[in-house]
Amino acid sequence: MHMHRLEKAWLTIGVSMLAVFLLVLGVMTFGRGIAPPNEHIHHIDPTKVSETPPFDKPQLTKIGDNLYKAVMVAYAFGYDPQEQMEIPAGATVHFEITSSDVVHGFEIPGTNVNVMVTPGEVSHVSHTFDKPGEYLILCNEYCGIAHEMMKTTLVVK
Amino acid sequence: MNSSKIATFDRNDGRLVIAHILFAFGALLIGGIAGMLQGMVKGGTITLPANIGYYELLTAHGVLMALIFTTYFIIGFLYSGVSNTLGGKLLPLARKFGWWGYSLMSVGTLIGVVVILLGKASVLYTFYAPMKASPYFYIALALVVIGSWLSGFGIFYQYVQWRKGNKGKLSPLFAYMSVITMLLWQIATIGVALEVVVQLIPWSFGWVETVNVVLSRTLFWFFGHPLVYFWLLPAYICWYVIIPKIIGGKIFSDALARMSFILFLLFSIPVGFHHQLMEPGISHFWKFLQVVLTFMVVIPSLMTAFSLFATFELHGRSKGAKGLFGWLKFLPWTDVRFFAPFMGMLIFIPAGAGGLINASNQMNAVVHNTLWVTGHFHLTVATSVALTFFGIAYWLIPTITGRVLTPRLNKLGIIQTLLWCVGMFIMSGSMHIVGLLGSPRRTAYNVYDDHPDAILWMPYHVAMAVGGIILFAGVVLIIYNIISLMRAPKGETEYPIGEVSEASEPTPRFLENWKLWITVAVILIVIAYTIPFIDLIGNTTPGSPGYVTW
Repeated sequence: MHMHRLEKAWLTIGVSMLAVFLLVLGVMTFGRGIAPPNEHIHHIDPTKVSETPPFDKPQLTKIGDNLYKAVMVAYAFGYDPQEQMEIPAGATVHFEITSSDVVHGFEIPGTNVNVMVTPGEVSHVSHTFDKPGEYLILCNEYCGIAHEMMKTTLVVK
Repeated sequence: MNSSKIATFDRNDGRLVIAHILFAFGALLIGGIAGMLQGMVKGGTITLPANIGYYELLTAHGVLMALIFTTYFIIGFLYSGVSNTLGGKLLPLARKFGWWGYSLMSVGTLIGVVVILLGKASVLYTFYAPMKASPYFYIALALVVIGSWLSGFGIFYQYVQWRKGNKGKLSPLFAYMSVITMLLWQIATIGVALEVVVQLIPWSFGWVETVNVVLSRTLFWFFGHPLVYFWLLPAYICWYVIIPKIIGGKIFSDALARMSFILFLLFSIPVGFHHQLMEPGISHFWKFLQVVLTFMVVIPSLMTAFSLFATFELHGRSKGAKGLFGWLKFLPWTDVRFFAPFMGMLIFIPAGAGGLINASNQMNAVVHNTLWVTGHFHLTVATSVALTFFGIAYWLIPTITGRVLTPRLNKLGIIQTLLWCVGMFIMSGSMHIVGLLGSPRRTAYNVYDDHPDAILWMPYHVAMAVGGIILFAGVVLIIYNIISLMRAPKGETEYPIGEVSEASEPTPRFLENWKLWITVAVILIVIAYTIPFIDLIGNTTPGSPGYVTW
């Protein structure tokens, strides 16, 4: 198909930039493991969350040197565990979250932690908290009348 | 035909078109009221009376604006152009399909609005399971979709009959683009129809206990992304076919215009996973594959940008424009039929760039479900598309009702466009910034126990409310303008269909080989979705019962 000389140049530049960009995304995803969260397929019966380990006891546990695991349950309208979660600065937390009712979000503003929590699946995401402070954890997927109240916090000392 | 005499638009067809356009603007008014109130609640300036919920308003705003305003306007606009370019009037059966579609969609809309206002379906326009709305909400949606299919059949029928009677001739560009738009819609809505009819309606009535949540989301986004191209393509029809005529220029290239529409058809459907990047149950490979396919629409977008500005520049130069940008002076800036869609085009540049950011695989984590996303689609659909549709109304209503646009209404139209741009700059700009700071979308007023992050968001939320109020003034003015257009002085207004530049090459015929393009589209969908669907259907995820959480 006939194309104007300038249009060819315009498309060549545009498509080349696109190719480089996609290459970077691909190398990051598959080469360096910086991928979107949640490849893992990990089923759970959404009606039996409170009886299924480890979600029968949602809690923050220390699993290594400066390494923690946070097993959490999202529900309308809050997150378990109820106890305040505290970690030292520089600690890495592996979050494992599921929902006992509808779809929820799990976002920590100021970090790249931002995953969907869908019933029947378990979401996995990790983050290293370098700066001390009280981190807000909130639901960013509409889940009902008190959706905007759904939150908890994580304290980094 | 004598060139000095303007062909009268068929009055029977005009009634069908105007019925769609007026319904669309009625939805815009109600949706606009809901939108402004939401902005004010979120900004902390008002509290709603106890019997109206924020999320009820949000559901009404989303459904009326994104689904009803757009679909009605698009079908009305496409029917007008198909009538005008394929023989000057609709065949009786095509017009009947149009009215059947209109009736079914309207019954669906009315049922839907009543169910939403009764508070039985505060599930937003994405209605994610396992939040369970009244079955009549899903039935209403199904009626709207089936109605739009009938409308599509009318367009296909007219096109097929025209080609039978004009063997060997190239179809008019407007009609070709309309067929692609409705074809895209028919393929895309299969996903949401399956979700609603097979999964949600039986579950909502209680005939089955549980629903497969990730499957329902995947079916929704099979539809949800091409939906945005269903909004955009009619705006592109205006930019490609109508605007050259309005400025007094020529269409740069018929072949490239058709090629870009084909690319949109191919690359807007097998891409829904880029809305599901942050969720479990889908592997990296399939997410990334669909991200790559998503980015392929960059190519027709670049082609469109080139063609449009080439049309503008060639027109200016033919009038004696000098220098690199001298042609800008030859554009009809004071003509709302040009100015409103042009502002839409201009805003589509940052809007499209924002879209690329959203789809950037792992980087989506920065913006997913924050107000950034809301800001993004208020630039794309609510500005680029909406302003183009407003610009169309200023000549379409006079054309089909046998009236003329007055200088006063033209001026009010320019003011309306400016109000819209200013309001949107403030509202969408604040949404983008506060989204990057982490403020979640779709949330009523809350400061999260005075958490410092949330306190920092408040000034932006107030600015959003200010922008929303300006936009509501824009809604009121466009409604006033539409009513005034219906009462404008009698006269004849030409339907502005652009002609192709003499310098452009003839259009290759393979662009109208539908068997070829539909096959390619289906192959791409099969590649992108088959294995993930098998995983989702065949997996052992226990389903979810329904919840009413509002």
